[in-house]
This record gives sequence, structure tokens and C-alpha cells, in this order.
Amino acid sequence: MAGLVANTDLLRRILTGFVADEVHKVGVRQVVLGLSGGIDSALVAFIAAEALGPENVHALCMPYKSSNPESEAHARLVADACGVNFTVVPITPMVDAYFAMFADADNMRRGNKMARERMTILFDHSALHSALVLGTSNKTELLLGYGTLFGDMASALNPIGDLYKSQVWQLSEAMGVPAEVIEKKPSADLWAGQTDEEELGFSYRQVDELLYRMVDLRLTREELIAAGFSPEFIDTIYRKVQNSHFKRRLPVIAKVSNRTIDRDFRYSRDWGK
Amino acid sequence: MDFTAVLAQIKPKLGCVAHNLALIEERIEGAKKAGADLVVFPELALTGYFLKDLVPEVARRLDSPEILRLMALSHDISIAVGFVEESSDYRFFNSSLYLEDGRVKHLHRKVYLPTYGLFDEQRYLARGERFRAFDSKFGRMGMLVCEDMWHLSASYILAMDGATTLICLSSSPGRGVEGESLASAAAWQKLTATTALFLNSRVLYCNRVGYEDGVNFWGGSEYVASSGESMARGKLLEEDCVSATLDEGSLRRERIFSPMLRDENLFVTMAELRRIERERGL
Repeated sequence: MAGLVANTDLLRRILTGFVADEVHKVGVRQVVLGLSGGIDSALVAFIAAEALGPENVHALCMPYKSSNPESEAHARLVADACGVNFTVVPITPMVDAYFAMFADADNMRRGNKMARERMTILFDHSALHSALVLGTSNKTELLLGYGTLFGDMASALNPIGDLYKSQVWQLSEAMGVPAEVIEKKPSADLWAGQTDEEELGFSYRQVDELLYRMVDLRLTREELIAAGFSPEFIDTIYRKVQNSHFKRRLPVIAKVSNRTIDRDFRYSRDWGK
Repeated sequence: MDFTAVLAQIKPKLGCVAHNLALIEERIEGAKKAGADLVVFPELALTGYFLKDLVPEVARRLDSPEILRLMALSHDISIAVGFVEESSDYRFFNSSLYLEDGRVKHLHRKVYLPTYGLFDEQRYLARGERFRAFDSKFGRMGMLVCEDMWHLSASYILAMDGATTLICLSSSPGRGVEGESLASAAAWQKLTATTALFLNSRVLYCNRVGYEDGVNFWGGSEYVASSGESMARGKLLEEDCVSATLDEGSLRRERIFSPMLRDENLFVTMAELRRIERERGL
């Protein structure tokens, strides 16, 4: 799969440059990010440490009581390896207080609530440290909508949002993310034993191959079938991308004036920076 | 005549004309001190690139204080610089100026405004309608703004109009990380080298650096000799100052060794283009 082989030296330069430039130009020196113990946030911590100096990076580990203890251990391992500040803020008291009122809530509601709880903590710490929140969603999960809107998808800057999971693995290796974190099975860690690939029903490598051809190369359905993908797999993934598109957009605004935000009132975010 | 050009690989701030003017003046001063004859800036050096609705705010008329200031500075050194031009009939152009001896020697309005992929220029800007070579103290030149150079006809017209040096002002976003080098950088290097080679002309390519909304501009400003050989190249992704001496002797020798441009048959070309024009019913 030629396209998914990334030039990691080049990626590293572009992404560390991106973090340094976009953080400094708004007059900020520091960043905060959630460190889950997984590979995506580990990679972002490494990128940020190299871009800004580890002393300017605040990594927060925010476990819930059902989180796998290995996750916190891995988060600590990553923070030690790249030298960033590390704080543990458990979310059990807040989440449990809420669900005491809604005891019959299912796993999805609970998982989303936890993701959003973590988001509020990150943004609170961004005020505490005068820092920007770094996002840690990769391109695969952003395209599939495998994330919580206004939860883990919320951030000021995302250095890895244009990298497929397969590329995250490559760059993580090149940047020295600890092997335990690279090699373990990806998991949202919402409940014991959960793995992303089991929940999604396909492997990241499989879906990356498809998404790369479908999104980046714009192959047609016929061309994808000719390339060896099953029609069912193609259609399932296409629907996932389509049905999650709302998560990748701002809320829809009803137009009544001549200049509506984002439709005919258009400015770059770096306006004046 | 021989001359020294400096390619000022700067990082403009989006929409901050005063800041960018100061940055440009600083680089002009530096180039002057280094004894350069010409200093080249990137496309939209005065304004930044992804302007969108900022276009009318940052646009400047040719008699605006900023342009007059740059004109004044060109008494000591020739300057090629990109900005948004506001015309008297309120059109806005992605323009480049060649300033020499305190006056405008040439104004080029970008003809090919990319409006695809990550580009949206035609939404905000008016199209230029000509490619013209012009005489400078350092010989006959032609100016192109970024996408212009991706149209063979643009460089061809300038070369047929007698230009021996093509100056291309650019804000090229970096993309494509699969290969040995950045795909957009590799594509541009191929383009500038091939253009120089085909037209036996020198290319001065100045590209900016920095990030706007996550898009990187890759730099790599370059002087390509008329042989197609890269003589000096700026750093990738970092601010830089590329100095290059363009010597007349090597241009002359190149045109003796490879007289393709001499042999170019303008009359065949014109006759065929007229036929195509007729057949297309233009």
C-alpha cells in the first residue's frame, strides 16, 4: 500500500512545526492534552514535547473506575518517556454523581458522558495554564465518526487529524513512543476488555486501505471492487463516513441575513495571526 | 549584465499589512546591506494567503502609502513583491509588482486563479488578462504568480516576448508525505527545472513558509539556471534568505549550446493556435 507509507521525517517536521507555529502565533506557550495510555494521545504528547519543550506540555490522565489500570500505567510511561508534566484527575465522582440520577443509562451514554467530562477538565486546565487543548483524533476515527462529539473530538488544534491509524503507528515508532503502547490493541477503554477493532467489526489496517483509496484517491465503487474490496465492506464504510459527517461540521445555522457565519462570512481561523 | 538576487523566504502574518510591511522592509534592508541588486518576495507577501473575506480589507491601490513606501525603497535595490491590488473600478487582483529606481517597472495580475482542492481564489479575486515581458536594469524579465507557472503557455509567452529571467512569486502549500520528499516540493522543482530547460531561461522562484489554519507553506525558494540546474535552494519549511548570482555569460553559453528557443517557430505555433481557435468556435 504505497500511499499509506509515510515519510516519517517529513511528517515529524511538519507536525512539530505546526504545533509550535499555531500555538505561539496566538500568544500562548503551553498546551494541555488528555493522555489515555493509547497510541494516538501518546504520539501527540511526543509531538508537542518536541515542538514546545516538555515543560510546556501538560498531560492529564483521567481514568474512570472501570478503566483498565494498565491504561494509567501506560500514560505515565509515555509522560516519563517524553518528559511532559503529568497529572491524574479521576472522573469517577462526577460521572457517578450524574448517573446516580439516570441509573438505567446504557454503555454508549456512559461512554459519551465520560468523554465529555474529560473535555471539560481539559478546557478548564487550558484556562489554568493559559494553554491550548490539543486534539488526539486520527483521520480514520474522524472519518468513521468513531469519537464523541464535543468530547474527545473537541480541541483547539489537532496535529494528527490528517493521519490514518496506520500512519500513526509508523510515526509513533519513528518518534520513540514506548513499544508497549504501540503494540497493544487499540481500545476506547469504555469497559473492560473492549477493543476498537472488535467493536467496529474490522481492523484499522483493512479500513485504512479502503479509506485511503476512497477518500484520498477518490476511487469509484467499481474501482474499489476491482481492487478487491467487498461491496458490503465498501457500502458499510461509505455509510459510516456519510452518517457521521455532522460530527465534522459546525452546528447548522438557519440563514436569514446577507452574511451568515461560515456561509458568506468567511475568514480563516488564523485571521490576524 | 551579472546581478545578485535575494529570495526572501518569509512568513507573513495573515491579514496584518503593517506587520508584513515591516518584515519586508527589514529584508530589503538586509539584501541592500549584502549588496544584492534585486530582492524577490513571495506571492501575497504583504497580506498572507488564505484571506477569504479579508481581501477588500487588505487590498491596496498603487498610490497607497505602503506601495509608495516600497517604491521609494526601490531607489537602492530592485524589488519584486506580491500583494492584493485594488483597481479604480474596485476589482481585487492577486498582483505582483516589479519596482525599480523608485517607480513601478511592471505590474502582473495573476491570470490563473486556482479554485479547486484547498484553493478558492476565484471566489474572492479578479483574473488578470495578460502576460507581458518587461525590460529591467538586469535584462528582460517576466513575472508569474504561483499557479500561472503551471500553465505552459504563460512561461512560453513570456519567453517569446523576450524574457530571459522568469520570476515566480509563490505561496505553495505543502502536501503529500508518502515519498522521499514533499510531493508538492518535488512537483515544483520538476516544473521550474523543466521550464528553465525548455525555454533556456533562468527561473527565480520565491515561496513563503509558515502555517495558516494548519496548512504549511514549504519554502524551498530556488534559483534555477537556464540549463535547468538548481543553483541555490532555500530551506524546507523554515524562513530563509537565498542569495544567487545570475551571470550573463552562462546564459549566453546555454543559448549557444541549446538554441531551442532560437529555433522555436512562433509562426507555426500561431497558425495552429488560430486554427484551433477557429475550430473550437471561440
